[in-house]
Amino acid sequence: MKTAVLIFGLGLAALLLPAQMAVAEAPDVAEIVAKANHTVFYQGPDQKARVDMRIIDKQGRIRKRQLTLLRRNFGDADGEQKYYVYFSKPADVKKLVFMAWKNIGRDDDRWLYLPALDLVKRISASDGRTSFVGSNFFYEDVSGRETEEDTHTLLSEDGDFFVVESKPKRAGDVEFSSYKNWVDKSTYLPMKTEYRDKAGNLHRVYTAVTVEVIGGFPTVVDAIMENKITGGRTELHYSDVVYAVGLPKNIYTERFLRKLPRKYLK
Amino acid sequence: MLRWLCIFILIAGFAPPTFALSDGDLPSSHMAEGKDWWRDFTAQIDMSGFTETRVAVRLQGDQFQKPFSLAETRFQFEAERELGAATLNLTADVYFDAVSDQHEFGFDGDAHIFDLRQATIEFSPLDFMDVKLGRQVLTWGTGDLLFINDLFPKDWRAFLLGRDDEYLKAPTQAMKASFYFDRLSLDVVYVPEFVTDRFVNGSRISYFDPKTGDLNGRPDVVTTIKPEGWLEKDELSLRLFGTFASVEVAAYYYDGYWKSPGGSDISLGVGTFPRLKVYGSSVRSAIWGGIGSAEIGYYDGQDRSSMAPFNRNDEVRFLAGYERDLGGDLTIAFQYNFERKLRSSALSTGASEQRTHHVITQRITKQLWQQTFTFSLFNFYSPSGNDGHLRLKLSYKINDAVKLESGFNFFYGRTDETFFGQFQKASNVSAAMKVSF
Repeated sequence: MKTAVLIFGLGLAALLLPAQMAVAEAPDVAEIVAKANHTVFYQGPDQKARVDMRIIDKQGRIRKRQLTLLRRNFGDADGEQKYYVYFSKPADVKKLVFMAWKNIGRDDDRWLYLPALDLVKRISASDGRTSFVGSNFFYEDVSGRETEEDTHTLLSEDGDFFVVESKPKRAGDVEFSSYKNWVDKSTYLPMKTEYRDKAGNLHRVYTAVTVEVIGGFPTVVDAIMENKITGGRTELHYSDVVYAVGLPKNIYTERFLRKLPRKYLK
Repeated sequence: MLRWLCIFILIAGFAPPTFALSDGDLPSSHMAEGKDWWRDFTAQIDMSGFTETRVAVRLQGDQFQKPFSLAETRFQFEAERELGAATLNLTADVYFDAVSDQHEFGFDGDAHIFDLRQATIEFSPLDFMDVKLGRQVLTWGTGDLLFINDLFPKDWRAFLLGRDDEYLKAPTQAMKASFYFDRLSLDVVYVPEFVTDRFVNGSRISYFDPKTGDLNGRPDVVTTIKPEGWLEKDELSLRLFGTFASVEVAAYYYDGYWKSPGGSDISLGVGTFPRLKVYGSSVRSAIWGGIGSAEIGYYDGQDRSSMAPFNRNDEVRFLAGYERDLGGDLTIAFQYNFERKLRSSALSTGASEQRTHHVITQRITKQLWQQTFTFSLFNFYSPSGNDGHLRLKLSYKINDAVKLESGFNFFYGRTDETFFGQFQKASNVSAAMKVSF
């Protein structure tokens, strides 16, 4: 019995050791960035969510988008993923389907299905820094930006947040000069992100407004992206969030662009 | 033989969904529950649509045509209903075009007031099989406004008159079965009775008539004899396709008829649609920071007897395209297309006819103001015909429901005899307002 307790105790110590060391020596910035990237984009084997988007311009005019997102990880590491996005509102984009295969080390593959023409259109994806469906969010805000593309510096770890500043390795490819993330120490969710333009002015500000624990995973269910230069903003609300849905691999093929995977869109 | 096998497979596909329906959420047939059943049925219909008013005016007079090329109001209604394991879809357009000469009820063409775009039932009888039956719009291939292996009907009149690009594809009554396997998939489309393109026939757009050596048009409309007969004068289209490491490849086969008149019957003085087979393939992939594609097709005319000297010769068609997103919501694309006529054993159709036709296309799309404003330019230019067609479109979404659009369709060429040059008098400017619901 005593031996068993001793072994258990040793095992526990072994498990805790790296974590304690990390706390003692301050966490590596690469680790913070990797964990935050995991928490935002890779939790669970897959995820389904309904997203209601309100795009509000400087004059207060509102445009709405409603979509269902089916995201699935491929492989164990936080690498390849596939996204299926079905639009249900507004009427002029209703039944439109957007599909993306997120690749590591090369451009993503993207397709669009236009139901009125029964057309599967492959779309060029070299620029992830363009607006996602007319909102203040960019494609990379929705599907992630490779952590390797930026250099990261831990600016502070006072209070509840790790503050990380990131600068692009290839400045010519992006619209920002740097961005700063406030990463929650307990959940590893970035609660605020500030993007600065080439001149160093504050350009876009992301704020996670509400976080809920769903299926054991801390999940942002309300978020805002503001454009400080144009005065516009986009509000996102996530509902019906489910992790580990059991999305089949083959949903992300031409077959389900043409014929909706209705079972998973409800 | 292949054709009968396909028909058999399609019919066999009916059986499983019939069972699926009976144990699904279909209501019982008790008369007393009839009303509830109807209420339930209609309550679950997902409806949407739009109304659109569009006016297009010609830039120069055409002795055969009216000064306006379009003056129409259109209402599109779309309904979808799940029924057990199947889905029903209906899309119908009701419209009134003041420029049209006729307004009687009919199912297609521009002389009518009703266009049934879709009326289908969709189901999956087997894990690896999808079926879609009924009137539907079908598209495949890699071209942008150019088609080689897509021999589904096109509405060239709508395209040239200045309607929305959506109307370039005309619907067809078809049975489509798709089979999905690990590496490869197969589409089988069977059209029980041949459907032609809605081709330029002079009714709304004048054309060059080689018989008179001059332009011709309304009221002298091209007359044709179309192959008719259910399950006899049919069309079969096959596509075998797969994606390998993000590279999409496909092989195609078509067995049917020339979609626009490809021959003529001199004794009757009418256009005909000779038999045609097409074999082809395509590839599409991400390349050089954009999307590259190539497609080839061999048009194999089937009526080569000396009795049909005016039938089109065999042709080889090739298409290569490249599209790139330059950032800042700016996309550019180029295509190169050639069609080469091959000599057939029958008489050649006139020595003056050019044997190779080249077309280069350019597309520029730029979006502004949170993607509410779209500028789109598409140009067809033919170095061999020294002619072309420029399509410019500006659209602005006032809000989620209302879109304003302005279009410019310009045809240019040195003479009236060339492919695009013959339509010079159809050049038009248009304006439209669309309200979606």
